[in-house]
Amino acid sequence: MNLYTFLQNLINGLSLGSLYALIAIGYTMVYGILRLINFAHGDVFMMAVYFAFFLVTLGKVPWLISFVIAILAAALLGFTIDRVAYKPIRNAPRVSALITAIGVSFFLESFAVVVFSGIPRSFRNIYPKFLNNMLILGGHEEVKYGRNVIVGGLRIPIVSFVILIVTAIALVILWWIIYKTKIGMAMRAVSVDIPTTSLMGVNVDGVIGFTFALGSALAAIGGLLWATRYPQLWPYMGFMPGLKAFIAAVFGGIGSIQGAVVGGFLLGLTEIMLVGFFPKMAGYRDAFAFLILILILSVKPEGLLGKRSVVKV
Amino acid sequence: MPMKLSNRTNFILTVALVFFVWLLLFFINGHMNTYMIRIVSLIGIYGVMAVSLTLINGITGIFSLGHSGFIALGAYTSALLTMSIHQKEVTFILDKVAWPFNSVQLPFLPATIIGGIVAAVFSFLIGWPSLRLSGDYLAIATLGFSEIIRILALNLRSITNGALGLKSIPQYTNVWWSWTWLLITVLFVGSLVNSSFGRALKAIREDRVAAASMGINIFKHQLLSFVIGGFFAGISGSLYAHWLTTIDPRTTSIGVMLTFNVLIMIVIGGLGSISGAIIGAGLFAILTEWLRFLEEPMKIFSFEFSGIAGLRMLVFSAMFVMVMIFWPRGIMGRKELTWNTLYSKLRRGSGESNE
Amino acid sequence: MNEILKLDHVTMQFGGLTAVNDFNNHVREGEILGLIGPNGAGKTTVFNVVTGVYYPTKGKVLFNGLDITSLKPHHITHVGISRTFQNIRLFQDMTVLDNVMVAQHHEIATKDAEKYLVKIGKSKYGANSTWFWRSVFKLGYLRREKEMKDKALNILEKLGLRKLAAEKASSLPYGEQRLLEIARALATDAKLLLLDEPAAGMNPSESQQLVQLIKWIRDEFRVTIFIIEHDMKVVMGLCERILVMDYGVLIAEGTPDEIQENKKVIEAYLGEEWSHVAE
Repeated sequence: MNLYTFLQNLINGLSLGSLYALIAIGYTMVYGILRLINFAHGDVFMMAVYFAFFLVTLGKVPWLISFVIAILAAALLGFTIDRVAYKPIRNAPRVSALITAIGVSFFLESFAVVVFSGIPRSFRNIYPKFLNNMLILGGHEEVKYGRNVIVGGLRIPIVSFVILIVTAIALVILWWIIYKTKIGMAMRAVSVDIPTTSLMGVNVDGVIGFTFALGSALAAIGGLLWATRYPQLWPYMGFMPGLKAFIAAVFGGIGSIQGAVVGGFLLGLTEIMLVGFFPKMAGYRDAFAFLILILILSVKPEGLLGKRSVVKV
Repeated sequence: MPMKLSNRTNFILTVALVFFVWLLLFFINGHMNTYMIRIVSLIGIYGVMAVSLTLINGITGIFSLGHSGFIALGAYTSALLTMSIHQKEVTFILDKVAWPFNSVQLPFLPATIIGGIVAAVFSFLIGWPSLRLSGDYLAIATLGFSEIIRILALNLRSITNGALGLKSIPQYTNVWWSWTWLLITVLFVGSLVNSSFGRALKAIREDRVAAASMGINIFKHQLLSFVIGGFFAGISGSLYAHWLTTIDPRTTSIGVMLTFNVLIMIVIGGLGSISGAIIGAGLFAILTEWLRFLEEPMKIFSFEFSGIAGLRMLVFSAMFVMVMIFWPRGIMGRKELTWNTLYSKLRRGSGESNE
Repeated sequence: MNEILKLDHVTMQFGGLTAVNDFNNHVREGEILGLIGPNGAGKTTVFNVVTGVYYPTKGKVLFNGLDITSLKPHHITHVGISRTFQNIRLFQDMTVLDNVMVAQHHEIATKDAEKYLVKIGKSKYGANSTWFWRSVFKLGYLRREKEMKDKALNILEKLGLRKLAAEKASSLPYGEQRLLEIARALATDAKLLLLDEPAAGMNPSESQQLVQLIKWIRDEFRVTIFIIEHDMKVVMGLCERILVMDYGVLIAEGTPDEIQENKKVIEAYLGEEWSHVAE
């Protein structure tokens, strides 16, 4: 692999990593508060993407406005799922909550199959064409097939940069919400101790609902960006990215937002680098995420940035 | 009237039931249409899947989401062994068939058993690292492993024929095979649960710390339960492959969807109950077939309603979530449908004049 | 007198917190030894170190001369130590009888562990394969099951719980639940019983009955008893020797009378202003 290819892979890896990071944050926030793995999280982003798709194709709404509406819709969906499915079983054993989350995920996927049909659709005509353009650095001109073509050098799709920029902006906004607003403080309090926080007069259920909404909005942003990079839509498109984002969250330290971000970037980088160095293993790229998961759970289960907790007997 | 039925009465009643069921199967096989017969076979297959999962999840309390991986292992292994050599050569167009499958063909029974053994071996290998993890992480780890198995199936083209999968698998499964295996599974697992080992497994489910303090080697017993569950999952996979006659590594066929389906069966039937698992399996099979009408074109009040694919699963998943919220114990909860429970219901029904 | 249990300079640290600091003492065979101290003194931690839940930062634990420091909890039970828990840890969804029978499972699930443990210091763990297959296929197993059942019923009878044998453990009244925990621990065939606050939540008449019961258990089952308790009437009436801990340190040892007069003990419980009571 030469320097150009390496840099290319690096940027691709970072951009994939930011997608994982955006989705992972939602998982980690919910787990931090409720100790629940929200299996339905990946499916929320799938719904957001489909929603944007239909707004543009059927509603003829301009793409930017569709995206914004889709993000808000995802936030609402996340909030609703918590209200309808998770809140009633707040005090049930955790296994029940997990199984319910699986059920909700299943429901959303079935819903998508019925309403959007299982035919894969393309997102390519939704977002502006310029995102597909390549930024080319270096390389040299050659005459090929009778035309002047630039060969070699660094080729990076503009969309990769856009992903990085949007992610950075989203993370800044998230940081501001969590550390500079009252609701953010409430979120931090709830993730530490629910009974005490409610005794302090905080509407815990409302804060939890907001957490779901916020995480879902981030997942929607991640999903829309994902669809620009991998433009095939199908009802189960959220399953694998969602699972990998969860792995990223565990990798970085479940319950910690910084961990989710770090884990997301590391996972994205590792995945791209793996395929870059071993192109023959490309079919196994998903399996690698799971191997990383099993490794980290065996060696350092609290994740890279997590703290080990001791259970009192 | 005595309070409890004696052991001998229990035994006689059970044998009578098995005999009766066999008679029923004989009748079904001879007199009902092919479609219904296939459904009855499927109930047997689902039953084995459900009982094997309930041993792991419901009785031992190990939240495993990897069941489809073991089912897949059993399915592929046995199918590769029962397909004729010629058939394999014709099917494998991407890569040539690997040894030993290119030169071996076995009858159904040994192939199924080998499928079960392969699944059991992988259960051991997967259980070893996974069972050291706690609840949620265990679930994700087992899910991860079953996905790895699926991805391997997708990529190891010389063994599994990759994305194309295996077609024209001989349709060996009939009501006898599936229900006999179900009987074997129930007898084995039931006998295990009704022994000291069963008590130990339940103790692990109830309180791991206390169970360890009472001398139970948690890890070994969990592994035991996991491997046995894996074995019967492999058996069910073989039965399933030879019922469906095709298998492929899509998520929706032998991937996570299958695990979710089996999970639905045992949750609705009652997590931790063997009879509940069978009831759940039966309900699932019957309901998914009955709800098929939702996907066919039909007339409602003179409106033409063309069927919508996937509506069944939508209804099912909605029902499942509602069951979890309002009725999490399922039909049987953790209790078994024993002769004693039926007997005491009869006693109560026939009047309390003697009390 | 034989030292059935010896804690040899045991220290237990969790990160920066020292829960047990250089605990050095022993339990004599056949005695009823009490361990008292204010909340958070580290008493349950001592039990957890003995039973293998924690591996001590420093020090050793010896059982009849055998080094059991690194053994896992289930091995500790094979060796002959059993316990009850501060917060009741019964198998809630199982019957009273099953709770007690489960405690006997380790006898068929492992080879003759004690001999092995003595030999190599580790157990060749695992489900004993012959008993596994025999229990599934019910070959010669039913007799074994009956033996276990009879023994369990016997213990329940002696503790006055026989009538409740078919009830779910979760449905028992609080006092009976505590008794069941003791019955379960006895069923493991332990020679040393660690009781963690067995009188917690009991009213005075129940706790008096408990004192008599524990003394009777010691004689009837020929076990040694190591007990953590907060109820002073129980401690003084039951224990022949008492150890006192405070902030992880063993601060006093002696007979009930000696402990009641001990200045450091009074300070630990009531604070320095009250230490003049001892004079």
